[in-house]
Amino acid sequence: MNYERNSRLPLYAFVAFAFMMYVVPAQAHLNSTGMGSLYDGLMHFLLSPEDFVPVLALALLAGLRGANYGRRALFTLPVAWFLGGLAGLSAVTAAPHPFIAAAWFLLLGGLLAADAKLSMRLTTALAALLGLYHGYLNGTGMGQFGTAAVALLGLVFAVFVLVAFAAAFVVQLRVQWARIAVRVAGSWIAASGLLMLGWAVRTR
Amino acid sequence: MNTTRHNPLLRAMALAVFVFLCAQTALAHPQKGEAVGFLTGFRHPISGLDHVLAMVAVGLWGAQLGSPAIWVLPVAFPMVMAFGGMLGLMGVPLPGVEYGIALSAILLGAAVMFEIRPPLGFAAALVGFFAIFHGHAHGTELPTGQSALLYSMGFVIATGCLHALGIGIGTVHRWDWGKRALRAAGALVAVGGAFFLWKAIA
Repeated sequence: MNYERNSRLPLYAFVAFAFMMYVVPAQAHLNSTGMGSLYDGLMHFLLSPEDFVPVLALALLAGLRGANYGRRALFTLPVAWFLGGLAGLSAVTAAPHPFIAAAWFLLLGGLLAADAKLSMRLTTALAALLGLYHGYLNGTGMGQFGTAAVALLGLVFAVFVLVAFAAAFVVQLRVQWARIAVRVAGSWIAASGLLMLGWAVRTR
Repeated sequence: MNTTRHNPLLRAMALAVFVFLCAQTALAHPQKGEAVGFLTGFRHPISGLDHVLAMVAVGLWGAQLGSPAIWVLPVAFPMVMAFGGMLGLMGVPLPGVEYGIALSAILLGAAVMFEIRPPLGFAAALVGFFAIFHGHAHGTELPTGQSALLYSMGFVIATGCLHALGIGIGTVHRWDWGKRALRAAGALVAVGGAFFLWKAIA
């Protein structure tokens, strides 16, 4: 058995050597591919907690309610985000209002902590509203239409992936304490929203 | 022990915690103060021993009381504490904050020491009442120029981690020696609270 495994080593070495000989330019800087804006948009979402956390909360909430809710959020939120973003691209400017940001945290975190039994229609409406609002804000800050549209695509892709992963993760949870842990995360999001509200009043 | 070792979810969570703890400052966004906001927020609850004692005691008490208190109390505390923090940020005055914080350690420590088992509503109300003082103190002490969002998240996550630490320690409650150790830990928390009360009065 060991002898057989060892006898394949030269073959593996040859394949590895052939691959190394066949390398092409890495294109790591993305200038030549034109994909830089796409990754800009993707990373913008992943590194912006004001966008990331409400989406995560909505995905977890939909996941707690079941696979159908998760699927609805999975398609509603990115589509609404994209439409909101397109509308924002042609708008002049819009500043994110700190009260509204805090309200999203409070609302979605509170619903998640309470394990609220929302109807499918209400969940869809929440996803659409969240997507339109945040997409619009993203769109207004993106600059030139050509590259911004590509960045928006990357952003929407990141939203899709996050909702897919988070909702699917919660849907398959069967152990009671794990579902409670998700609700505890919701209470933390809501608590952060309360503090943000205080900040918003203080700095007004 | 074996269950933990073979449970993929627990292993994944342990790995995630490890990765989060090893995380470096991303500096991916040019806005100044964002990462600083998270770290200062995270450090704030763990920077004062009086706060740490009370928050760990909440976890210890929850573990002693078992389900559902084990998760209701650690949910109630950060929520109400954030409300207190909001009041502090808004400049709403609250008298006797330092006394309230010291008393929280004394009473929560005593509850653990004597294994007091009140109705869940009363335990949650007691924890919530004292959480307002902790939150208010943090809210009024907040440094200026921080990122509100990241600061708030760091602040709440650190508080939750302290509760989790208390719950983790409290799992020894299943053994007889663990019960005694927990009661001793409760006594230590109460003594610490008495010390802080004496400092506040003096």
